[in-house]
Amino acid sequence: MPIIQVKNLSKIFGKNAKKATKYLDEGLTKEEILEKTGNTVGVNRASFDVEEGEIFVIMGLSGSGKSTLVRLINRLIEPTEGSVFIDDQDLAKMDSKALRSVRRQKLSMVFQRFGLFPHRTVLENAEFGLEVQGIDKKERQESAKKSLEMVGLGGYIHQFPGQLSGGMQQRVGLARALANDPEVLLMDEAFSALDPLIRKEMQDELLELQESMKKTILFITHDLDEALRIGDRIALMKDGRIVQIGTPEEILVNPANEYVEKFVEDVDRSKVLTAENIMKRPETVDIQKHGPRTALERMRKEGLSSIYVTDAKRNLHGYVTADDVSSAVKQGTDHLKGILRTDVPKVDLQTPMQEIFDIIHDAPVPVAVVEDGKLKGIIVRGAVLAALAGSEVNLNGLNS
Amino acid sequence: MDLIPKLPVAEWIDAATKWTTNTFGFLFDFIKNDFGDFIEIVAEDWLMAIPIWLFIVIVGVLAFIASGKRLGLTAFSVIGLWFISNQELWEELMNTFTLVIFASLISVIIGVPFGIWMAKSRTVEKILTPVLDFMQTMPAFVYLIPAVAFFSIGMVPGVFASVIFATPPTVRFTNLGIRQVSHELIEASDSFGTTGTQKLFKVQLPMAKKTIMAGINQTVMLALSMVVIASMIGAKGLGQTVITGLQRAEVGTGFVAGLGIVILAIIIDRFTQNLNTQRGEQ
Repeated sequence: MPIIQVKNLSKIFGKNAKKATKYLDEGLTKEEILEKTGNTVGVNRASFDVEEGEIFVIMGLSGSGKSTLVRLINRLIEPTEGSVFIDDQDLAKMDSKALRSVRRQKLSMVFQRFGLFPHRTVLENAEFGLEVQGIDKKERQESAKKSLEMVGLGGYIHQFPGQLSGGMQQRVGLARALANDPEVLLMDEAFSALDPLIRKEMQDELLELQESMKKTILFITHDLDEALRIGDRIALMKDGRIVQIGTPEEILVNPANEYVEKFVEDVDRSKVLTAENIMKRPETVDIQKHGPRTALERMRKEGLSSIYVTDAKRNLHGYVTADDVSSAVKQGTDHLKGILRTDVPKVDLQTPMQEIFDIIHDAPVPVAVVEDGKLKGIIVRGAVLAALAGSEVNLNGLNS
Repeated sequence: MDLIPKLPVAEWIDAATKWTTNTFGFLFDFIKNDFGDFIEIVAEDWLMAIPIWLFIVIVGVLAFIASGKRLGLTAFSVIGLWFISNQELWEELMNTFTLVIFASLISVIIGVPFGIWMAKSRTVEKILTPVLDFMQTMPAFVYLIPAVAFFSIGMVPGVFASVIFATPPTVRFTNLGIRQVSHELIEASDSFGTTGTQKLFKVQLPMAKKTIMAGINQTVMLALSMVVIASMIGAKGLGQTVITGLQRAEVGTGFVAGLGIVILAIIIDRFTQNLNTQRGEQ
């Protein structure tokens, strides 16, 4: 049972917005509707589910409607059409009293520019949500302190937001949202105003917190790297429309259309792709069946300077080099054992590409991808470069 | 042009004033008598009961605290007040001070709620803006006429005219201050499920405090600037001395009383400005 269900949610800004919805039915683009009616389409028929405990990222460039979409979910912006179900209650149809109670109990929001109240101390900021609910002072300060400690600000409770750095301010924002113990956290470009190093630190911390909290998080960002890093699933938006929803890998590997493809072109693939995505089928020789002659013949045919040696069950034994094999042939040896080398550069299927760089740099032979001692594939330098360039990767070509 | 005869606007206004005087006469009488007496008591009995030296010491200490332990304002206040008492204008000063305080207090009590109302509703803003413009640009002398009609002469019509003239800045600045609170903070407040009242008292007013205080400062200064004008309809104080100087062509008398007003203005202005610090500011 998904915790948030968004159905056909639309927002059209401007007068007579209801009238313009018929153009959405006709499938006109944002520009066409603007020209015809003077109305701006913010969000166009968005539908998706968010499961409990997942980090669902909505990502798109500025103007794609992602910030509008998140505000439609807690109704900071009134939807023109559609529904938002949270625990089976439709927010879009609630009266203001019911809406207030949902905002107090179930949804908390973290803002891009932090949204902290400058006239309140860190502690007073963190307890704001509880104060609004009328919870008594001692109790709410205790909860607020706890959540401030969780984000590592236990020592700053009497400071004012203006005295803290950006990263710390956003921690206060996060603590304020968490103090309510909401079911869903809405994070609107929460880390976008921070500089890159701090941003990364905050992403890591969020993931760490999430390990223990298991909240449902709806995270808005324009940064694909960030989306890929923290998202369990990602929805890509363009011109108010959701163009693709999927896991980070699905989006990278199978972009739904040209737009997504173009988008993922620039992404730092090294952080997302793993050995499994870029390895290829290895040429091998069987240590029991094959001798130096076969090995030499195979290497010559494939133009290799070395070849991996396995057994019938594909257990990896090592590799032999072309030089060793040809001298063995000259000496008339008929097995490979004497010249087998075992200093194999190994990675497993889940090793991220970033780590493969270092290994492949020093490796004399292609890197072996190994699972349970069995050779699954090899990675050659060319494949790494190709994957980084985002072209012609024989992705998952070998998943047997 | 002759097709339309002169419109009897003046007659209409006269009629309206007369009607108001007759209809609300009981209320005006009540205000004139009871409130007028109260003002007199404050000025003549309470403030004058404080020995001059004690008054100066109190103001000096307050100035020292308000200015953040700097000596400039303290020295100015003490010397300025001593000078006024030296010129035997102390009673006039107390009367003027009372007039200003009452006019300012009433202006603030009326102005802040109107400012809030204006900030909450676009329609109210659209209606009130020209009214405020009118109140501020109409020559202040004009307010004296209905003031006399309603309250005859004395302190009360002086306060009345001052209130009309001095209220607009408080209304405007309150409106401005609330509207200036950043959109994200309003969203933050809403996103935690605040009611309108909670939002107003926990976020908007505290955030607008500095701007509202600037408006109140303006209001006090405008009330003070009405002192001379109000004394034309019998409000006691330094203004009356200025008028006397004018009528008798005594430059010196008028100048000294005017100097007294300036000293009072500077002290009040610096006090209100120094009190205007916002929590959480670096």
